[in-house]
Amino acid sequence: MRVVVLGVGNILLSDEGLGVRAVERLARAYSLPAEIAVIDGGTSGMELLADLEGIDALIMVDAIRAGAPAATPIRLAGEALPVFFRTKLSPHQVGLCDVLASLELLGRLPRHISILGLQPQSLALGMELSREVEDGMPALLGMIVSELALLGLAATPTGSGGI
Amino acid sequence: MSQRVTIDPVTRIEGHLRVDVEVDGGKVKKAWASGQMWRGVENILIGRDPRDAWAITQRICGVCTTVHALASVRSVENALRLELPVNAQYIRNMIILAHAVHDHIVHFYHLSALDWVDVTSALKADPAKAASLAESLSSWSGNGKAEFGKVKERLSGFIGTGQLGIFTNGYWGHPAMKLPPEINLIAVAHYLQALEVQRHANKVVSILGGKTPHIQNVVVGGVANALAVDSQAVLTVERLLAVKDWIDQLADFVKNVYLIDVAVVGGSYPEWTRIGRGIVDYISVPDIPLDGRNTEFALPGGHIAGGDLASFKQIKTHDDAYFKDGVSESVKHSWYEGGKGPLHPYKGETRPQYTDFQDDGKYSWLKSPTFYEKPMQVGPLPRVLAMVAAGHQPTIDYATHALELVSTVAQTKVGIDALHSTIGRHAARAVACAVEVDELARQWDLLLASMARGDLRTFNKPVFPKGEITGVGIHEAPRGVLSHWIVIQDGTIRNYQCVVPTTWNAAPRNEKDEPGAYEACLAGTPVAIPDQPLEVLRTVHSFDPCLACAVHVVDQERQPVVRVRAA
Repeated sequence: MRVVVLGVGNILLSDEGLGVRAVERLARAYSLPAEIAVIDGGTSGMELLADLEGIDALIMVDAIRAGAPAATPIRLAGEALPVFFRTKLSPHQVGLCDVLASLELLGRLPRHISILGLQPQSLALGMELSREVEDGMPALLGMIVSELALLGLAATPTGSGGI
Repeated sequence: MSQRVTIDPVTRIEGHLRVDVEVDGGKVKKAWASGQMWRGVENILIGRDPRDAWAITQRICGVCTTVHALASVRSVENALRLELPVNAQYIRNMIILAHAVHDHIVHFYHLSALDWVDVTSALKADPAKAASLAESLSSWSGNGKAEFGKVKERLSGFIGTGQLGIFTNGYWGHPAMKLPPEINLIAVAHYLQALEVQRHANKVVSILGGKTPHIQNVVVGGVANALAVDSQAVLTVERLLAVKDWIDQLADFVKNVYLIDVAVVGGSYPEWTRIGRGIVDYISVPDIPLDGRNTEFALPGGHIAGGDLASFKQIKTHDDAYFKDGVSESVKHSWYEGGKGPLHPYKGETRPQYTDFQDDGKYSWLKSPTFYEKPMQVGPLPRVLAMVAAGHQPTIDYATHALELVSTVAQTKVGIDALHSTIGRHAARAVACAVEVDELARQWDLLLASMARGDLRTFNKPVFPKGEITGVGIHEAPRGVLSHWIVIQDGTIRNYQCVVPTTWNAAPRNEKDEPGAYEACLAGTPVAIPDQPLEVLRTVHSFDPCLACAVHVVDQERQPVVRVRAA
């Protein structure tokens, strides 16, 4: 079993970077089994192809706009996964969606894909998270740990908190 | 009667590049390019330590992380007049070149080839015919009948499920698609092979850069790579040998597949050598420094006026006053407070003032840069023309080879003038890529020769003086001239401006109301079906649009996130 926990987003736009912040903290706060790779994907695209192929499960962590109150935890998986890598003007907008689409074409799409995240409060310029999202981070880390448990993988707290 | 078509967004996921065109009589009469997202990273940097700027600026963008890291660190070194060990230059150069090769391959095959290649038509191809055609053009090992048969099978399985996946919403069957089924099949096979090959470039960057995405090895004063002949923990000869192997595989693909495919597409669409000319004032800068002070370069750059190579004026160093004094930015048509006329980047201001999209007023978050008050086109085409004008022999050889291939396919003599066009930008990118992959191998040789002489230095310690200093970091990035301008006061950043390639090309109208490069190049582009503006995308994509700063929010509320409106 090979699993990637991928934090995506732009850390220069406050809550937009919550996925990156979450995986940074995950790696500090938990000791993880060797089959889990934690990757700060930032805003990358095709550079991630090699890291994401041939894996069994992909857990993406990102800001999710769902019209919910700030910092609401959201999990998208299975049928609920947005068709965001299918609805495009043309097949040229490179990005994470193209990486997933390329994996699909190569027949190497992970069996399990889920997106975990929080409703962002602020997408303003800045390197700090909003207070609401900051308060929601422990819940998000908890969700990632539960998602790993769902895959049969245990994350052990290191005691350093990570927050 | 004229018709307005809005494409939003052209790039990436949401809200970056919007293009509006006015179509009359089947052709674009007038165009507007608009950046729909405020970057404003400059404001984050003010008050920070200049040694951290590179790490922050590499987060501006998702595709070009590395280039901002390099331009940023160079701006600080330029301000400090700091000399670098040549080994640091060689390592940085290899990162720059591997990143560029990666970017060009991905741009052609995965971002723009499908503007020209009809995937669904490939299903009608005869793999044997495709193989004999491909084998007549190149000795590439992936061109056999069995390989093409396998690709056709995979494609028909993929499309047969009713899930076009990555190919959804391509303009299949569009009247502007003209390649025969066999060429379409070859292109799809190479699309898949390119997915495999692009990894090698990424591995080179990750070994040398410590990590991708977001390299970790850059420091003001050099690189953090410890060089050693035998230690396990550092950049060893063994790792460098692995790097060389990847470089060789990249070179094989670039010269025997990419360059040829571009020529075949170009030769099959000869009318597109006369479309998309627009601005033919070009600027590029020298890069791949060979000394510690950025005064000698492997790849030259400079300014070409009016598309005339005889007008070429070389930019000689990264401190050349001709470049530094010539750049300014206007915000007359941008969503910023203005009124002071065009400002030099050291004096640049970033104070947002949003209005609606105003056709004749403010309509973009991008500023409008000019060089000696003229709008410029930047990118591989300006780079290749400058290198030809400077007499750079490898560029002349690859460009000649590419044009000969195009002429063979088109069955008519195609000269260097054909490069001032939509398809010419693709051809120039392939030529640049071939030059760069060779230079990558040469930089590897230079590094190993230096190590063999016993020189393992990679870092000179910076010292920040009291008072104000200014510097510019110049880099010829895959998409064109990138410059970061820094003002440092007593060791902290007082002002910072990034003038990025896409700002040059996607600029709105300038202080004199002249259009930017996209806007000018779109004029005259034919549009067969206004609500399927494939031709407009072809021209915009030929620039490799990449609006700095990517928002990655997953949006559950507003799908689909793309709209084409023809009104």
